[in-house]
Amino acid sequence: MSDIYIEKGNFIPGVIERLMGRYRVHGPVKNGRFHEFSLLKNAAEADLGFQNTRLSPKEIFHPQAERMFEFSLAKDDPQAGILKEADKDFSPRVVLGIRPCDAKAFQLDDANFITETIKDPWWARRREAATMIGLACDSPCPTCFCTSMGSGPYDTAGLDVLLVDTGDGYVAEVLSERGENTLLVTSGWSSVSSSVRASLADKKKAAERSIAGTFDPAAIAKREMLELYNSPIWEEVQFACINCGTCTFVCPTCWCFDIQEEVYEDKGERLRMWDSCMFPLFTLHGSGHNPRNQKTQRVRQRFMHKLKYYQDKYNSGPACVGCGRCVQACPVNIDIRQVGRQMASPDCACPA
Amino acid sequence: MNNPYLPYPVRIDSVITETEDRNLKTFKLVFLDPEDEKKFSYTPGQFAILSVAGLGEIPIGIATSPTEQGFIKFTVNKVGKVTNHLHNMQAGDIMGVRGPMGNCYPWDLLEGKNVVIIGGGFAFTTLRSSIVYMIDPKNRSKFGKIDVVYGARFPGLLLYKDELAQWERRSDINMHITVDSSSDPNWKYNVGFVPAVTKQKAPSAENSYAIICGPPIMIKFTLPVLTELGFPPERIISSLEMRMKCGIGICGRCNIGTEYVCKDGPVFTLEQLSKLPTEY
Amino acid sequence: MQVYSEKIREAAKRLLSEKRVDAVIGFRRGTVPFMNEPFLAKTPEQADQFVWDGNCGINLANYLPKMTGNIAIAAKGCDSRSIVIHLLENQIKREQLYVLGIPCQAMTDKAKIQEKLNGRQILQAEDMGGTVRVSGRDFEQTFERADFLQQNCAICTHRNPVIYDELLGEPVKEQEIDRYEDIRKIESMLSEEKRLYFDDLIKPCIRCYACRNACPACYCPTCFVDESKPQWMGKTTDPTDTRTFHFLRAFHVAGRCTDCGSCERSCPVGIKMRMFTKKLEKEVKELYGYEAGVIQDQRPPLDTYRPDDPEPFLG
Repeated sequence: MSDIYIEKGNFIPGVIERLMGRYRVHGPVKNGRFHEFSLLKNAAEADLGFQNTRLSPKEIFHPQAERMFEFSLAKDDPQAGILKEADKDFSPRVVLGIRPCDAKAFQLDDANFITETIKDPWWARRREAATMIGLACDSPCPTCFCTSMGSGPYDTAGLDVLLVDTGDGYVAEVLSERGENTLLVTSGWSSVSSSVRASLADKKKAAERSIAGTFDPAAIAKREMLELYNSPIWEEVQFACINCGTCTFVCPTCWCFDIQEEVYEDKGERLRMWDSCMFPLFTLHGSGHNPRNQKTQRVRQRFMHKLKYYQDKYNSGPACVGCGRCVQACPVNIDIRQVGRQMASPDCACPA
Repeated sequence: MNNPYLPYPVRIDSVITETEDRNLKTFKLVFLDPEDEKKFSYTPGQFAILSVAGLGEIPIGIATSPTEQGFIKFTVNKVGKVTNHLHNMQAGDIMGVRGPMGNCYPWDLLEGKNVVIIGGGFAFTTLRSSIVYMIDPKNRSKFGKIDVVYGARFPGLLLYKDELAQWERRSDINMHITVDSSSDPNWKYNVGFVPAVTKQKAPSAENSYAIICGPPIMIKFTLPVLTELGFPPERIISSLEMRMKCGIGICGRCNIGTEYVCKDGPVFTLEQLSKLPTEY
Repeated sequence: MQVYSEKIREAAKRLLSEKRVDAVIGFRRGTVPFMNEPFLAKTPEQADQFVWDGNCGINLANYLPKMTGNIAIAAKGCDSRSIVIHLLENQIKREQLYVLGIPCQAMTDKAKIQEKLNGRQILQAEDMGGTVRVSGRDFEQTFERADFLQQNCAICTHRNPVIYDELLGEPVKEQEIDRYEDIRKIESMLSEEKRLYFDDLIKPCIRCYACRNACPACYCPTCFVDESKPQWMGKTTDPTDTRTFHFLRAFHVAGRCTDCGSCERSCPVGIKMRMFTKKLEKEVKELYGYEAGVIQDQRPPLDTYRPDDPEPFLG
């Protein structure tokens, strides 16, 4: 699989329209102040000049709310009370323009949803049906720290194709058979000129250099779980937090959800929707006992889960890709880079 | 693809009120599709998620042993939205079961050992499953001595009273039934808190495992007794509770440190728990 | 506003070393432009971190309910009115508090400035009092803060604290301004037009509850959205449920909301939910002549009954 090149004029609308002819295409669309990953209604909507979306594209594989099952509650219905699977659309789709950090995030999420013994059917099938066409970052945000988290502005993890914006066009690095097959429906590609090829390595280096380094997750992995858990840093970290759930909702590696029933007259549905460890209700037992009834415990849980428990459980890097969304969105400026630094260093109990 | 969120449809075969305060009922459930019963192959210690369409789901320990065929039983405490509705359901009603879930008591390690079972209140359900499993003629020879200490606040709150009496009469199991206090002059068993009775009966720790399930306060005071008797942390086994939703280690809410209580638990040894944050 | 930083630090150090208070709530410098982090100082050394500028938009009174011990708190006008509401509602005792009153010079709306920059990334933002100097990788621009104030600050009529133990500056002149021009515009819409306007307004809501959590008036141990017996509404982004949440929350804070703007400031998707709270603020003002927390012993009208309460719904 070799790299190929296309001029921007042929990509939009040409390539996108061809893709839309065969697949459902999700791309970055400007909506008000922010960009979001939407199902494209027309090729012109896609804005590949975006930085990153406000909310992560996890909605594509893990909707904020979705119907799991439907059931009848009618008294005379012999099928009453028996759950039936809700209809879903698993037709193939393309996620166009996703940033390398978000693509890696979905790989980290896969470890949760798809295990040896259990597979989440909806997540798994959506992932199987999706081609990930990523877009490398040439101007990362000041809040980005992907390079410290094992990702990078030109990282290819979790992608089928990586597009690089060369100014006049895009170079497409085809990374998988699925990527190759998906691009077959498009046209207008040519080979990459030597001058363009020569510039790629430098562009990558420049992008990586523009991202400030931060804490080393490996240092956190090395520390004892209970020592971190009992560390005095949490008292200070937790004060500003208002337990609002914003961080968990914008984060591409936060997947927790709630399951609820909704009933209307003689029909009902079982739904799942995003939930957050920031909410006190998250761990409340029916008896009234709540193992995390204090804000400190909940704040600690989030950082410990993302930066320590996940590393220990899956023997891989942290459940964080350095996209910086939580840093941008937190209303009280709790900065995971700062907390990570404090977790990595056993001596530092002070603010950075 | 097998959908782990889809419950097996079951019919309530009978509902028995276990306790005097009517807060605990045992539901006998029968699978509508016999194939489902084959798929629901479980081991004592595991739990299942009971599903009531329109209300929600609850994780409950399986009270039957796999040696009992044709049905499964759950003893449910009336606590909230789902359990209140469940308590009003009757024989013939349809509901759902997902499972079996979680790990089980470590039967491979218990083989050839003496087993001390300590239970309190309504945490006795998976312990019933374990006892029925062990004293089944096919299994009894696999285990050594079996001692059971089971207590409740007063006689009316004991679960499975008929079976307790039956087991008490057997010679291949030592039952030590106790209540905190009793106003019944005909009460013929022990009177005293579970930790005290355990200390008194002093089951030997040699070649033994202890399985303990009960309210936190009972566990708190019984653990030192077991330690004093010589049970090391890796041979004291407990089963934890947590708020659960998916029951399959995906929704993320029931974790203690790196472990999901629904998938990596709910059975843990004391040694395992000592390495985890005390967030339960 | 630089002078406020020094005054807060001085007062905090003094109060902490005299052991007059156990802790001081204020802000410390944030890690991203236009942000400060709420900070609790327990020692005079920690008090050195306090800052105050046009990025102190979050209402610090949010942290007060059920706090124990003696606490000093830096409070601008709207914050101080929220403190009065907390006192009236027994969420904290007056004896516990030492209020460092700050006559407010209005907070900056970083979203407005970001919009003006048309996608260029802000690396640094320096609050110079009347202006803000913003710089990025290849640009530098200075803005007049007065043109980029937080919406609620632009129409604020209570900049000076209404309760304080120490006033850290000269009182500022209060504005005479029409607070409800935008509300009246909506009121004049036809029903269908209004419905579409509201649906559009809350469409991006992801039900993260940041608005509720940032609000000092929202401190219920179990919020109505979390009740299960009975469950009042669903938890998905279903438009009806989302409408229920926003409308009902506005009603719950009616007569108690001081328009501090923390809700809008916290919303990750930029929803202007103050449209709802301001409408009810207008209603409360017109019906009961009441403004939340301005007079210290006057209870919010929705938790008191007076025989002469206006009842326009009765014939």
